[in-house]
Amino acid sequence: MDLLIIFISAAIVNNFVLIYFLGICPFLGVSNKLEKAFSMGLATTFVMVLAAIVTWLINNYILMPFNLPFLQYVSFIIVIASLVQFVEMFIRKTSPALYRSLGIFLPLITTNCAILGLALLSALREYNFIQSVVFGLAAGLGFTLALCVMAGIREELDLAPVPEHFKGAPITLIIAGLLALAFMGFAGLISG
Amino acid sequence: MNDLIIISVAAMGGLGLFFAIVLAIASEKLKVKEDPRVLQINEALPGLNCGACGQAGCRDLAEKIAAQGNLDGLSCPPGGAEVIEAIAEILGITAEAGVKKRAVVKCGGTKELAGDRGQYHGIKSCAAEELVGGGHKTCSYGCLGHGDCVKVCPFDAMVMGQNGLPKIDEAKCTACGLCVEACPRQIIELVPCNNRIIVSCNSRDKGVVVRKACKVGCIACNLCVKNAAEGYIIEDNLAKVKYDKGDQAAEPGVAKCSTKCIVKL
Repeated sequence: MDLLIIFISAAIVNNFVLIYFLGICPFLGVSNKLEKAFSMGLATTFVMVLAAIVTWLINNYILMPFNLPFLQYVSFIIVIASLVQFVEMFIRKTSPALYRSLGIFLPLITTNCAILGLALLSALREYNFIQSVVFGLAAGLGFTLALCVMAGIREELDLAPVPEHFKGAPITLIIAGLLALAFMGFAGLISG
Repeated sequence: MNDLIIISVAAMGGLGLFFAIVLAIASEKLKVKEDPRVLQINEALPGLNCGACGQAGCRDLAEKIAAQGNLDGLSCPPGGAEVIEAIAEILGITAEAGVKKRAVVKCGGTKELAGDRGQYHGIKSCAAEELVGGGHKTCSYGCLGHGDCVKVCPFDAMVMGQNGLPKIDEAKCTACGLCVEACPRQIIELVPCNNRIIVSCNSRDKGVVVRKACKVGCIACNLCVKNAAEGYIIEDNLAKVKYDKGDQAAEPGVAKCSTKCIVKL
């Protein structure tokens, strides 16, 4: 029950992109094609789950025992950067096709604040191991959901009669705002 | 206090060292061998990713060329001879010059010369208009004039003229072929730059029908073939220039064309 609440909370109610406004860069940058948005979302989910696991281990076996919580930021950044590097090399070796379709997205994930936010939040809330992993997975899926919804709307937008001055970035930002408002509607679903 | 500093430095140093070692090992173990020529060729290519070569992008073409070791069957239409020569140099082979082409619009039916059979109010796109009722023009092969081709051109080589037909700037056209694909009526064709004479009509309708629809349509009267048998061929009620025979063979037909749809650019 506890895990379910964490899952729904992270994926929908407190959606990383639309409620916490984390990872806005890929949200606006990679949401013009549904297919791309989906692969970016999955790549981010993958890295989020891995990051959740590794940062939990580091937080609980290195930082906490030595009373070093103030090093969370620095160490989590190192972890995430190295992790993405490693994943990139691994994918490049094992699946060149996947590597090429992800392209620039993989390195971009390194600097995605949603990942760092995830690691810091799960440390702040003192989740246990399983909870952290579920939290990472849910946050990733929520990110994918937001990206795909946005991409779907933007694909339709190509055919819509948008006023000249709103074409491109302005209409995208307006839609992002409306989407965020819509997600606010989930706020009462779970308290906390 | 001192302890804390030492511990933090040790912890961070340890973490850094650990990840450095892991990454160092990984980069050695997971190394992907890559042909250095791929990178060189990729840089020599225009980097437009227009897809005119038939590959998914410039990088794909570079990999294909490097794997193949020669340029057989591969080319870069936008890059032209210069790029091909540069690549040939990287590969250490001599390239044979390809024929440079450019796009031409095979329709002369301006607003004045080609009649309308109705009005179209809808999405300003040729593809959309073609879908609903076959367009506003009487001629079902003629240019619809919304400029799908102009929009798709990555080189600004096309503009929509006042007369409702797109104009092509030959100096800017790289024959990438995107406009050819964008046109729902297949009016645009890539023609070698040396061929100045073209049949500026795309209508496969019978002569009677064409006459009613457009003043400069090809009615397949056969005069061009009679006067310059070497230069022309009639297929499907439409005259075609035999581009490989050159302009000389086609020249006599220009003046004789009964509807003046054979033009010299």
